[in-house]
Amino acid sequence: MSVLYLVLPLALVLVTAAVLGYVWASRQGQFDDLTTPAMRMVHDDQVTAARPAPPPAPDA
Amino acid sequence: MRATERAAAPPAAPCSHCGLPAPGAVAERGDRRFCCAGCRTAWAILHEHGLEGYYALGEHGGRAVAPSGRSFEEFDHDTFRQLYVRPLPGGLAEVELYLEGVHCAACVWLVERVPLAIPGVQRAELQVTRSLVHVVWDPGTVALSAIARFVDRLGYRPHPFRGVQQERMRQREDRALLTQIGIAGAIATNVMLLAIAQYAGWFSGMEAEFEQFFRWWSLGLTVPALAWPGRVFFRGAWASLRTRTLHMDLPVALALAAGALRGAWNTALGTGPIYFDGVTFLIFLLLSGRYLQQRAQRGAADAAELLGALAPGTARVVEEGDAIREVPVEALLPGVTVEVRPGDTLPADGTIATGASQLDCSLLTGESRPVSVRPGDRVFAGTLNRTAPLRVHVERAGEASRLGRLLRQVEEGARRRAPVVQLADRMAGWFTALVLVLAAVTAWRWWATDPTLAIDHAMALLVVTCPCALSLATPLSVHAAIGQAARAGILIRNGRALELLARPGLLLLDKTGTVTEGRTALVAWEAPRGLRPLVLALERHATHPVARAFAEAWPDVAAPEAAQVEATAGGGITGVVEGRRVHVGSPAYVVARAGTSACWEAAAERLASEGLSPVLVAVDGAVVAAAGFGDAPRPEAAAAIARLAALGHRPALLSGDHPSIVLRVARAVGVPAADARGGASPEEKLRTVTRAAREQTVVMVGDGVNDAAAIAAASVGVGMHGGAEACLASADVFLARPGLEPLVQLVEGSRRTMTLIRALLAVSLAYNLVGTWLAMTGRIDPLIAAVLMPGTSLINIVAAWRTRTFPGRPA
Repeated sequence: MSVLYLVLPLALVLVTAAVLGYVWASRQGQFDDLTTPAMRMVHDDQVTAARPAPPPAPDA
Repeated sequence: MRATERAAAPPAAPCSHCGLPAPGAVAERGDRRFCCAGCRTAWAILHEHGLEGYYALGEHGGRAVAPSGRSFEEFDHDTFRQLYVRPLPGGLAEVELYLEGVHCAACVWLVERVPLAIPGVQRAELQVTRSLVHVVWDPGTVALSAIARFVDRLGYRPHPFRGVQQERMRQREDRALLTQIGIAGAIATNVMLLAIAQYAGWFSGMEAEFEQFFRWWSLGLTVPALAWPGRVFFRGAWASLRTRTLHMDLPVALALAAGALRGAWNTALGTGPIYFDGVTFLIFLLLSGRYLQQRAQRGAADAAELLGALAPGTARVVEEGDAIREVPVEALLPGVTVEVRPGDTLPADGTIATGASQLDCSLLTGESRPVSVRPGDRVFAGTLNRTAPLRVHVERAGEASRLGRLLRQVEEGARRRAPVVQLADRMAGWFTALVLVLAAVTAWRWWATDPTLAIDHAMALLVVTCPCALSLATPLSVHAAIGQAARAGILIRNGRALELLARPGLLLLDKTGTVTEGRTALVAWEAPRGLRPLVLALERHATHPVARAFAEAWPDVAAPEAAQVEATAGGGITGVVEGRRVHVGSPAYVVARAGTSACWEAAAERLASEGLSPVLVAVDGAVVAAAGFGDAPRPEAAAAIARLAALGHRPALLSGDHPSIVLRVARAVGVPAADARGGASPEEKLRTVTRAAREQTVVMVGDGVNDAAAIAAASVGVGMHGGAEACLASADVFLARPGLEPLVQLVEGSRRTMTLIRALLAVSLAYNLVGTWLAMTGRIDPLIAAVLMPGTSLINIVAAWRTRTFPGRPA
């Protein structure tokens, strides 16, 4: 059971690392705009699919 | 034989760019048809740069494009650079521009591809919720004005964004709060894990040594949570004490302090419960609620900033020797003469020096009929010159112009709008007082029995009645509803609009563009059969709105060729079709050329009295037909207004258009004549709204600059699809889909949201009541209370996200 004395501090180190990563991301502005990036992601997929297709016919 | 027909909605070939009907095919390029030259330009740009993928993104193709055609020279000016442009290392520069007309996902795609099309632009990032694009470019390679012109040609008119400083501050605040939430969350989950281990230890047995280790470890984690993210509650409680106002932070801070101190004491003693899991989770949940609330309210603050960004453009000043120089509108002074080309907007108030033309004043007055002007007539900034070039002698410019004053009123209205006290806020003070009193009563009652028990029970009460569910219910539901509404094409900028819209009130609707389509359409047609091809053959040659309306009304009629066509501005058109001389035009024009006809002139007068613009048709010297043109009500308007009335709202029309026209529309859509008000200037609209808003909730729905001040002053302002930017900026809600159907959905969704909020508050209160009773009678200790406490919050979170308040976007 004494392994707890090692595991708990280790967990704390991991958590600290994760928190630091999160703080860095939020300071970078990763969470400033939560709407546009979602649209951007969808777009790139659609664009690769749409690019070879001809533009819509004028009388469609 | 005379047959009266009502024109049906025109199905015509769609424009290749925007998908709107392009019957007259104003512009053509190869086998493509466009509704206007702007759309053709945008289409050409997209193809030149291989950006056809744009058309695959939007649900209905591109947007109708109306480029301003401005040069944006002022963007390269030194003053502009000092004000808005920030230099970056490496010779680059960055600027924030506010783009008009950004509302959908396809816009993001298109605007962010600007660097592909213009060498020298490094990056363009668009924030779609705020219509702000962040541009990084190399001033040595490309001028900012070139970038601005490009974006303008795509249909997004750029303006410098003036609120950069404020924006930075807000960003710092947001990021700091997010950091705190992250830390609080990480600590809370870890303390919770330790707590679970201890609960498990109770049942399966745990060595005292490890139990004690876990307790100290939890304490060690809780201290930073209290000291950093939790600090804000102690600060709030302190402020509440100092200003002697009851605030929700007070019991929260009490519960936090009591829990943490008692937990620490028990940890030191080695016996009794510790409350660290409850304490840390409380901090995390309350901060999250605060963040959601902050985001929901941000939009309202945006409105005023965006208005500031809507700077007027440039004007063409006529200098000595007829040289023309383009200057920013801010530099216009009374006394100079400006040239206004057809399609341009007047930059200042003044009188016409030379030229005669027709002006579209709908922006300022809401009047949909064009007004003819001659030298000497007074004209106003913001009106659109339609047919011929004008020279205008400037009398008042900028802030002093009628439009400038109107925009200032809009800003004031947006600032002055009375804050609505939210349901939860109103309850908070009472709730806080009650909880504190009850906790004191509990402590006093148990003190006689056992002082330790007294403290335990009082604390259990404070913990179990934790107001986090109460304070979460409103922001969570509002936030979830705003998200669902956005997916349905209803952009709610101010969460409080939901609360106000749920109450029945006065619903003021603008006519032009809101209840009606906002464009000239053939409404009445009294003529013998077989006349349509003759009329259409002539109108093919005209670009007048009437010609367009004829073409839209009869998309299936094949027109023969017309010869010797001759058009008179402001009068009519004549020509020879199939060997017969045909005149189409205003009654005066036709009568002067084809002779009088008492019967048809009476028909024309009757049409005019109905608020329609009459047009007569003469064939071979005899008047044979009359047509009435007007702004037709939207097909779904009557049904939508009936539904709104059924929901308890009182629909009324408030329009700047001629009273007879407003009455006709009111009859058509089922608004009582007493509630249909016409001829209202923007100033009168503002007065009407302000007066009515003193007595009841006033919802103002509109789309023009003439509605902007009224929209800003109303309890809730709703901007319609395709409306003027100033109007949209001052509105709380923007409907991104055309028609009145989204308005009905908005009202219904608001009611559902408020029902949800009330239900959640009721559940939370009931939960708290039961908890209070259990704690006061000493049936739960603080530990059980801490386990029960998040229960309501969980119910709230699940219910808020799962309840459908707004319907999905119709397929």
